[in-house]
Amino acid sequence: MSSEWPLWEVFIRGQHGLNHRHVGSLHAPSAEMAIQNARDVYTRRNEGVSIWVVRSNDITASAPSDKGPLFEPSNAKVYRHPTFFDIPDDVGHM
Amino acid sequence: MSALTETTMPETTLSADAVLFETLLRVGDSALILGHRVSEWCGHAPTLEEDIAQANVALDLIGQATLWLGLAAEVEGAGRDADALAFRRDAGGFRNLLLAEQPNRDFAVTVMRQFLFDAWHAELLAGLAASTDPRVAEIAAKARKEVAYHLDRSETLVIGLGDGTPESHARMQAALTRLWPFTGEPFRGDATDAAAAEAGIAPDPAALEPGWRARVEAVLAEATLTLPDTARFRSGGRSGVHGEALGLLLAEMQFLQRAYPDATW
Repeated sequence: MSSEWPLWEVFIRGQHGLNHRHVGSLHAPSAEMAIQNARDVYTRRNEGVSIWVVRSNDITASAPSDKGPLFEPSNAKVYRHPTFFDIPDDVGHM
Repeated sequence: MSALTETTMPETTLSADAVLFETLLRVGDSALILGHRVSEWCGHAPTLEEDIAQANVALDLIGQATLWLGLAAEVEGAGRDADALAFRRDAGGFRNLLLAEQPNRDFAVTVMRQFLFDAWHAELLAGLAASTDPRVAEIAAKARKEVAYHLDRSETLVIGLGDGTPESHARMQAALTRLWPFTGEPFRGDATDAAAAEAGIAPDPAALEPGWRARVEAVLAEATLTLPDTARFRSGGRSGVHGEALGLLLAEMQFLQRAYPDATW
C-alpha cells in the first residue's frame, strides 16, 4: 500500500448555482476524509451547499495529443451555431 | 483579580451572578485553552489539508471563547471584557479542564485529546442549549453546530488512525492511555455546578457522562483501541489548580498583552 494519500477532485455546489463546479483537488486517505478536508479547504467562506469528491484516478481524460481529431473538425461547421436565423424584433435581446 | 475568581471564597456564599460567572469561565476557558493548543499546529500539521482543518477548529473554539468570556465579563460587571479575561488572568484564575491544556506532543495525542474533548463538549452544549438563561442558550446553539462537525472529524481520525497501520495504532493507544486520567474531571461537579444545575443554567456534569461514555466506547471499539483498565483520575482545572503546561501556554498566549498592554494593530 502506498503511504501517499490519493488525490481527489473536489466539486462544490455554490449557494446560488445549480451545478457542482470543479474547484480544485486535495489529498485524503478516504472518501469521508476527502469530504471533510474539502469542507475545511474549500468552503471556509460559505462557498457551498453541497460537496462531491471523486478520486482523480477515476477520471478518464481526453489525451492532449488527440486535440486535433477530437476538436478541430467542428471548427469548420459553423452551421452548428444558431447564428443563421433572423430573430423577430418582438423577441428582443437574446 | 476580582474576588469572584478567588478559589478561597466559600462557594456556599456565591450569588446567582457569581455562579453564572464561574460557569461561563469554565465553559469559555476550556474552549479558549484548547483553541490555543490546536492553533499551535498552524503551519506545522502533517499535511496542508490537516493544517487548514486544525486552524478551522482552533478558530471555532477561540470564537466560542470570545462569546462565553464576553458574556462572563458582562455578568461580572467589573469593567473587564473578553480580552481582559483571556489575556490578563494568571493560571490560577483559569477554569479550563486539564484535558484542554495537555500539550500537543504528537499528532495522535492531538487527535485523541480532540475526540475525548469533542464528545464531552457536544454533550455539554446540548445541555447548555436548553439553559434557562437565554444568552447562554443562544451561544450554545451556535457553538453546537461547530462542535458537531469537530466531533465528526475527530471520530473519523481516531478510527482511521486507531484501525490504521501498526505505527498509528500504537501511537493512538499510547495517546489514549496518556490522556485517560483527564477524562474523569469533566463529570465531577462541585457546589458551583450544583447551584448552576439547580438554577437550570447548565447541566449537571455527572449527567453528561453516560452519553459521553457510550459514544467514546463505540468509537474506540471501532478504532480497535483498548480502554485503560484503571487510571488515577486527575482534576483541579475547573477550580484553578493546573499543571505546568498551562503556565507555559499562557506565557506564549498572553505575551503581547502583558508586554504591551492595550496594544492594537
